[in-house]
Amino acid sequence: MEDAYAVEMLHITKKFPGIIANDDVTLRLKKGEIHALLGENGAGKSTLMSVLFGLYQPEEGIIKKDGVEVKIKDPNDANALGIGMVHQHFKLVECFSVLDNIILGAEPLKKGFLDKATAKDKILDLSKRYGLEVEPDAIVEDITVGMQQRAEILKMLYRDNEILIFDEPTAVLTPQEIKELMMIMRNLKAEGKSILFISHKLNEIMEVADRCTVLRRGKYVGTVETKDTSMEELSAMMVGRDVNFHVEKKPAHIGDAVLKVSNLTVASKRHKNDAVKNVSFEVHAGEIVCIAGIDGNGQSELVYGLTGLEPIKSGKIEFLNEDVTKRSIRHKTEKGMAHIPEDRHKYGLVLDYTLADNFILQTYYQNTYSTKFGGFMKRDAIIKNAEKIIEKYDVRSSQGPNTIVRSMSGGNQQKAIIGREIDREPELLIAVQPTRGLDIGAIEYIHSQLVKQRDEGKAVLLISLELEEVLDVSDRILVMYEGEIVGELDPHTVSEEELGLYMAGAKRNEVKA
Amino acid sequence: MSLLIQYTLIFASVLMLVALGGCFAEHSGVINLGLEGIMVIGALGGALVMRLFLDLSTPMMILGVVLGAVIFGLLYSALLGVACINFKADQTIVGTALNMLATAAATVFVKAMNASINPDDVSSTIQYVDQKKNFLLYFGDFEFNWFMLIAVIALIVAYVVLYKTRFGLRLMACGEHPSAADSVGINVIKMRWSGVLISGIYGGLGGICYILAGVSEWKFENGVAGFGFLALAVMIFGQWKPIKIALAALLFGFFRALSNVYFGFDFLVNLNIPGTVYNMLPYIISLLVLALTSRHSRAPKAEGIPYDKSKR
Repeated sequence: MEDAYAVEMLHITKKFPGIIANDDVTLRLKKGEIHALLGENGAGKSTLMSVLFGLYQPEEGIIKKDGVEVKIKDPNDANALGIGMVHQHFKLVECFSVLDNIILGAEPLKKGFLDKATAKDKILDLSKRYGLEVEPDAIVEDITVGMQQRAEILKMLYRDNEILIFDEPTAVLTPQEIKELMMIMRNLKAEGKSILFISHKLNEIMEVADRCTVLRRGKYVGTVETKDTSMEELSAMMVGRDVNFHVEKKPAHIGDAVLKVSNLTVASKRHKNDAVKNVSFEVHAGEIVCIAGIDGNGQSELVYGLTGLEPIKSGKIEFLNEDVTKRSIRHKTEKGMAHIPEDRHKYGLVLDYTLADNFILQTYYQNTYSTKFGGFMKRDAIIKNAEKIIEKYDVRSSQGPNTIVRSMSGGNQQKAIIGREIDREPELLIAVQPTRGLDIGAIEYIHSQLVKQRDEGKAVLLISLELEEVLDVSDRILVMYEGEIVGELDPHTVSEEELGLYMAGAKRNEVKA
Repeated sequence: MSLLIQYTLIFASVLMLVALGGCFAEHSGVINLGLEGIMVIGALGGALVMRLFLDLSTPMMILGVVLGAVIFGLLYSALLGVACINFKADQTIVGTALNMLATAAATVFVKAMNASINPDDVSSTIQYVDQKKNFLLYFGDFEFNWFMLIAVIALIVAYVVLYKTRFGLRLMACGEHPSAADSVGINVIKMRWSGVLISGIYGGLGGICYILAGVSEWKFENGVAGFGFLALAVMIFGQWKPIKIALAALLFGFFRALSNVYFGFDFLVNLNIPGTVYNMLPYIISLLVLALTSRHSRAPKAEGIPYDKSKR
C-alpha cells in the first residue's frame, strides 16, 4: 500500500477576473510530513491555501481528506476537518490576552459562561508538550512577534488540528526565532501532525521540509523529495530559469563623499532614550555601504533622522557638501536623495491610489505633472511617466498605470517604489530592507539595480538584516549595535561568524569617522 | 440634598443606559452616532404605551412601557444596521441622518395622533401625569424611580455579557480585528447586527427613562436635548468599559442634576451665576473632559470600518 495522504488537492483551478490564480494544481500532503509549498510572489500559493482553508471556492478540482472527498465552504468546515492555519499577517486581537485569542471561536463554557481556568490548563499543557513558550495572561500587543506566532500555533493545537498550514512564517522573525520555529515544526511532526509550509526561502525548505511542491505562475511544476534535490534545482523550478545566488559585481570606483553624517543622535519614537547615539560615517559615490545589525538596534531611527521622517536631536548631516540638517524632505529629494522605506505600505505608497499617482508622489507639483497656474494635473504626462517606469522596471500589474496599488503583489509594489526612486536619478539611494518578504527572482532584480546605481557612480546606503545580503551586496559594512556603530568591516575579508559577533555586541572596533 | 441625589441618579441612569448601548455597538465595530435619534424613538414607543393603555396595573405598566421603548429602539436601530452593515454606508452620515429623522418623525406622528383625537390639538406633546406615578416610589423625601433599578440591572448584564460570555468575547473581537474573528469562524456580520440591535434596546430604554425623569409630559419637538451625544461622551470618558461608564455617568449626571436643583443650595445661589450656566455645565464638562482625555483613549480598532472579506 502507498503512503497515506492526509490531504489531497487534486487538479484545483481557481480563476479571478482577468487571471487564473491556480491552473490545474495538485498537492498531496502525506500524514506526518512537512511539505513545503514553494513559489514566487503571485505564483498562487496563497490562493491554493485559501482554497484549502475554505476562503475561496475552486472552479474545478476536488479536495480529499484521508482519501474521502470533502467540500470546504468556509473556515468552519476547514476547522471541523482539523485544518488550521497560521496566517502571514497574524490574526490576533491585539488588546486581548493570549488566552482570549487562543480560545476565540472555540471557547470552553461552564454553565453558559466562559471557562478560562480550564482553557488555561489546556494551553499550558499544550505549551509544555510542544515547547511553545507563551504567557497566557499577557496582552498580545505587549509580547514579541515570536510569542505572537507561538500563540497562533497554539490556536491550531487548541482546536486539535491535525493539518497545520504555515503561511510564510519566517518572514517576520529574527534568525534566533526562525531556529526555534524550525525546532517547533519538527516537534509537531514528531507528534504526528502534518504540516504545509509555504515559503520562498530555499534554505529553510531544505532544512526542515521532507518534500516540496513548486508552483510557477499559477501552474503546478512538480513535487520533489528535498533530500534528492538542491537549492539550485528548486530555484530553477520556481523561477523557470537558473538563478544567480551571488551578486556579480565589478570592483568599486569610489569617488567623493556624498553623505557626511557627524555625531548624529536621534531619539527613539517613545522618547525614553536615544535610539541612535552620536553616530558618524560617510558614504561615497560609487560604493554600497551597508548598515548591518539585528532588528531594533537603531537602524530605522537612523534612517528616519537622515530622511527627515523624525526630527533629530543633535548632529549634522551634510549631503553633497551642503548642510541639510534642517532642510525639508522636499529639498533633500530635489537635491537627489532617494529613499526606499522599510515599511512600503506606510511610507512608500498610497495603497488606494493608482500606480501612476504613486509614481509622482514626490514630484506632482513640478511643471511636468501639473500646470503652473491653478495646479491642474497633467494626466497625459502622468500616465506617460507611469508607462515608462512600468516598462523599464518590469512592474507587473493587472491594469497598468490605472492599477490600484493595494491589489498588487508585494514584489511588484516594491519594484514600483524602486522604479520611482531610481528613475529620478538620485545621487544617494537609501534602501531599507529592500528585499524583505520578496522572492528570489525579485531579490535578484533588486540587488542588480542597487549594484547598477553604484556602477553609475551613485552612492548607496543599504540597511539590511540579512547576513547573506550584507556580505554579498555591500562594499563596506558598518555594524550597528544599541544605537552605535560598533564596527567597520570589509565584506571580502570578514566571515559570517565574525559579523554575527559584532551584531550581537560581543565584539567592537573603533570606527574612524 | 436628596433632590440632588435623586436627579443625579436618574440622569446618570439615562446616560449610563445610552452609553452602554453605544458601547455594545462600538465593540462590535459600528459607530452608533444615531443614539440621540434612537432615544427619541424609544421615548415615543414608551410614551405611546402610556398614552394608549391608561389603566394598566403598576407591574404591567412598567413592563409595557419598557417593552414599547425597547421595541421601538430596536426597530429604529435596525435602520442603522441595514445601512451600515449590509450596505456598508458611512456610519457617521447614517447616524446623523437617523438623529434628524427621529425628532421630525416623532413630532409629525404625535401631532397627527393628537389631531385625530381632538382636531384642535396639534401639539407634539404627550401627557402622562397619572401613568408616570407607576414608576415612582417614595422613601421619605427621596423619589425612587424604577428605572434606576433597571439601569443597575442593565449595567450588570452589560458587564457579564461583555466579559464573561462567549458572545461578548466574539463581539469585541469583531470590533478590534474582524478578519481574525472571521478566520476562526465567527460571523462578523451577525455579531455587528447584534451589537447594533443591543444598542437600540439600551438607547430606547434610555430615551423613555429621560422623558420620565423630571416632567409629566413630553413635547417631542424638543428631541432629547443632546443627551445621546452626552452619552457618547460618557462612553468615551468611560473608555468603552461598563464600570467606568457607570462612574462617568454619575459624574455627568451630577452636573446635569445641579442645573435642576442649584437654587436649593444657598451658597450656589449666592454666587449669583445665571441659571443658564448650570444648564450648560454638563456640555462644557464633556468638552473639557474629552479634550483632555481623548488622546489616551483607546477605541475599538476596527470601529467605523465596514467589514470587507476580500480586503488585504
